[in-house]
Amino acid sequence: MDNLENLVGQARDAIASADSEKSLEQLRVEYLGKKGLITAQLKELGKLNPADRPAAGAKINEAKQQVQTDINSAKAELAAIAEAQKLAAEAIDVTLPGREPKAGTLHPVTRTMQRIEDFFIRCGYSVEEGPEIEDDYHNFEALNIPSHHPARAMHDTFYFDQSTLLRTHTSPVQIRVMEQRKPPFRMICPGRVYRCDSDMTHTPMFHQVEGLLVDKRVSFADLKSTIVEFLQEFFEKDLEVRFRPSYFPFTEPSAEVDIEWGRNPDGSIKWLEVMGCGMVHPKVFKSSGVDPEIYTGFAFGLGVERLAMLRYGVNDLRVFFENDMRFLDQF
Amino acid sequence: MKFSEQWLREWTNPELSTEALVQQITMAGLEVDGTEPVAPAFDGVVIAEVNQVEPHPDADKLRICSVTDGSDSYQVVCGAPNVHAGMRVPFAKVGALLPKDFKITKAKIRGVESFGMLCAEEELGLAEKSDGLMALAPNAPLGDSIRSYLQLDDTIIDVDLTPNRSDCLSILGLAREVATLNRGILEEPEIGEIEKAVEDVFPVRIEAPEACPRYVGRIIKGVDISKKTPQWMVEKLRRSGLRSIDPVVDVTNFVMLELGQPMHAFDLAELSGAIVVRHAKAEEKLVLLDGQEIAIQEQTLVIADEEKPLALAGIMGGEHSGVSRETRDIFLESAFFAPLAIAGKARSYGLHTDSSHRFERGVDWRHQARAVERATQLLLDIVGGAPGPVIENVNKEHLPEAALVSLRHQKIDEVLGIHLDRTEVEEILARLGLIVEKVNKDGWIFKSPSHRFDMAIEVDLIEEIARIYGYNKLPTTESVGRMVIPSLPEEKTSLRKLKLHLTSLGYQEAVTYSFVDPEIQRLIEPELESIPLANPIASDMSDMRTSLWPGLLKAAVYNQNRQQERIRLFESGLRFVKVNDNIVQEPMLAGLIVGPAESENWTQAKRPVDFYDVKGDVEALLASIDGDFSWKSARHPALHPGQTAVVMRDEVSVGTLGGLHPKIAKTLNLNGSVYLFELFLNSIANGRVPKYEGLSRFPEIRRDLAIIIDESTPYTEVAQVIRDCAGEWRVNHQIFDVYQGESVGQGKKSLAMGIVWRHPERTLRDEEVTEAFNNVISELNDRLGASLRS
Repeated sequence: MDNLENLVGQARDAIASADSEKSLEQLRVEYLGKKGLITAQLKELGKLNPADRPAAGAKINEAKQQVQTDINSAKAELAAIAEAQKLAAEAIDVTLPGREPKAGTLHPVTRTMQRIEDFFIRCGYSVEEGPEIEDDYHNFEALNIPSHHPARAMHDTFYFDQSTLLRTHTSPVQIRVMEQRKPPFRMICPGRVYRCDSDMTHTPMFHQVEGLLVDKRVSFADLKSTIVEFLQEFFEKDLEVRFRPSYFPFTEPSAEVDIEWGRNPDGSIKWLEVMGCGMVHPKVFKSSGVDPEIYTGFAFGLGVERLAMLRYGVNDLRVFFENDMRFLDQF
Repeated sequence: MKFSEQWLREWTNPELSTEALVQQITMAGLEVDGTEPVAPAFDGVVIAEVNQVEPHPDADKLRICSVTDGSDSYQVVCGAPNVHAGMRVPFAKVGALLPKDFKITKAKIRGVESFGMLCAEEELGLAEKSDGLMALAPNAPLGDSIRSYLQLDDTIIDVDLTPNRSDCLSILGLAREVATLNRGILEEPEIGEIEKAVEDVFPVRIEAPEACPRYVGRIIKGVDISKKTPQWMVEKLRRSGLRSIDPVVDVTNFVMLELGQPMHAFDLAELSGAIVVRHAKAEEKLVLLDGQEIAIQEQTLVIADEEKPLALAGIMGGEHSGVSRETRDIFLESAFFAPLAIAGKARSYGLHTDSSHRFERGVDWRHQARAVERATQLLLDIVGGAPGPVIENVNKEHLPEAALVSLRHQKIDEVLGIHLDRTEVEEILARLGLIVEKVNKDGWIFKSPSHRFDMAIEVDLIEEIARIYGYNKLPTTESVGRMVIPSLPEEKTSLRKLKLHLTSLGYQEAVTYSFVDPEIQRLIEPELESIPLANPIASDMSDMRTSLWPGLLKAAVYNQNRQQERIRLFESGLRFVKVNDNIVQEPMLAGLIVGPAESENWTQAKRPVDFYDVKGDVEALLASIDGDFSWKSARHPALHPGQTAVVMRDEVSVGTLGGLHPKIAKTLNLNGSVYLFELFLNSIANGRVPKYEGLSRFPEIRRDLAIIIDESTPYTEVAQVIRDCAGEWRVNHQIFDVYQGESVGQGKKSLAMGIVWRHPERTLRDEEVTEAFNNVISELNDRLGASLRS
């Protein structure tokens, strides 16, 4: 029986030096196969006393198991090594750029417009659109700007003929909606507008968002809160907002809105004009079929490029319409 | 309007710094555009008289002057051509500090000592350029500081007045406003009635009383036009941005600035018969003061005499009848023209004058005679002469009336969201010159002042209350009003979603002008009638776009010129076409690609984009909508004749796509093959709300086939046969290879396709699939002449 221990020792050494699954399999056959060296030991059992046989048999089985375990773990070890080698061979430079389908960008005007729309949509406003080639009535007359009104000089208008023009603001959309539906109204009208003016700070086309809220008992106080909340939300900052009396033919009282834009050396607020607003003029209500004795409302208007410039630090208006991809890419 | 702060303070002088004053009027709605000091900082310059002028021994152009400041005499070397004995000039003494940090020191000029400098306006920063010394009045007090003499410690304030505030287009109006804001006193100058010295009158006939309800005139005989306008008046005019012209014009301008009443002075000798205020007759012409000759439109109000038009009423006088060097007798005009009669007229001649600016917004209709008296008083002081009596031609019926405006107390609460006491309301409106006519249960009836043309209805008064009370003191509430919840149909794909999809496909959004170069547009869409602007800003921006392609192509050229190789742009917006004389404005979604298909990378070889890139993008976009779209080969004048397709929906084209015609690419200087698409947004945006179909638990069976077919047969026809003939259990099919080459024969192509079948409720039997498959093969052969590729 000393032989058994020797055999197990021999097998262990052989397994340890085996370098492939194949040679391990050979060792298994050599020791544990039907004609294997350890299997052969079983045949010797017959030569023993019947009383000794169970113990001896158990020892042989133990030895078989031992060798099998050694082979298994050796196999596992080899497999692990092989896998590790395979993985190592598959290593790549993960710092190389991926196959990115390069995404494009929305124009900053669109991006800004969507942020403005999103605020008002959250407040329950609908988004309304209308024609860009407008008639004189909807662009001017209905908004209390008759043909001789000095305010017309403030709108350098592109004309097609005497009564057809490119809208100078999106307010005509409000008139069209009021003509067609019944109050209350809560809407914003985003879109392109046109003025016959081109220099460093003017482009002949730009974008506006105008808003309108009409209901019973809408007051200037409601207007103020809406504007302040909007501006603070848009700039994501608790900035100071002030309302300055102004004049628009279609609102009264009318106000220009200034926001805090930095401080002067003496600590006072630097004000920057950002939008206009006011209470809807009774004449505008009348021309749109809304009874000004029952309803009041406020309207506001803002320039999208101006807000985009302030928000993103763009310092040249004209760059918005050059469509330089190096510009577009930044948004 | 520009004005001198000091001038304003002569009328009302609140205890406010310049900054505080500017802030106050800005917040009252008179927006200050800017302020500038009247003169730059300088010091040590006094008034001196030149006593003696001697030539310089060593320089032809220099003089040696002896000047006195009233107490001492100084020797000064001076190079000014106009220096002469007896003149009074600004004198910078040794130690004086002039603008731009120029320090005056004792100097030797060409060997002659000079103690200081005689100054021109330019050297004091009072003018851009001057050609000689600044000549002061002969009575300018010697030794006094020039700063205080010329009141140079003053600020020019530029207010940008809104059209409703014509009442502030004068010092009187501004001072009235400032006094109102500060509850201050308004100190008006004494304007008395000037006694007539001669009996001369010139007849005036008003033929258009509705346009000119009041006309006041006066003759002044024997004026001396060679007199100089006094320095103080020149300075006041200058600080309001007006140049001194001659004493008569200067006085009329001064009165306009002071009282807000535009005036005109005629040369009496040039007037024939009578002044006639009438509308222009056909084909009348007039040479204006600025020298240009205009053809007068018939609706224009003119001031004429019995023979000819003399002036465009309220806009500009004529050259011929104006005051000149030879003028001896003048006729002063001070009229009230109705705003509606003047409004828009100046603009129709391309003119805009201080006068038209005021008349079309409205001047105080009570003060025409007062302005004449003021002008007379000033003229007599300067040019002398003998005034005739003031004649006044009034048509009361057409004069404006002081508006009576009712104001309901409750309405103030409603509009402003604040309750003000009765006394507070009354106090504010009284300060503005409104008078309580009547008090009733609901509120008041107020009478508006004649200088305000914007106080006619209730809300006008509410605005004034808000303005004086202070917009920023008014309350702020939580937003109110009933919610109107807008509908949002699910089947409609929003433009926003489509835009986002395109950016995911690598497109950048462009925004191009809606007006384009008509030449490029004709190149792209020669058959569509475009809509030209009557007053374009430039010839290459003069037609409304009939397609978004011209703008995108221009943007592509712009970017190629800036070394951008891979360009993918899209834009959404209206196109404008004329259909049977109607303007049609349709929202479009368009895109352009050119350059490499992928951005430069290390994994793929560089490949230029082709037709199927742009088509794939559009297909992906349309797939997100879920509608029945199909494709058809087509022609488009801007596109490659063999690479143009239209997207069809319900038998109607809803978009076009293809390669830009190489000829056009060449004309536009575009490099590489450009591919374009344009879709009608309204026709594509509506898709379907998804409807669930049960999932089959049974396996699918796929069969592949390769056919050889004429190369001209479009794939859609093959696909149609498959759809028609593969039986009801076909679930889909795809094409995975297209081959052309010798092995399939000249004029032929090979298409390899896979067809997939599946039954919803059972496993399909092999022979069922075989039957369907064979049916496809034989129909492809029958209908399209396709043979199986062996």
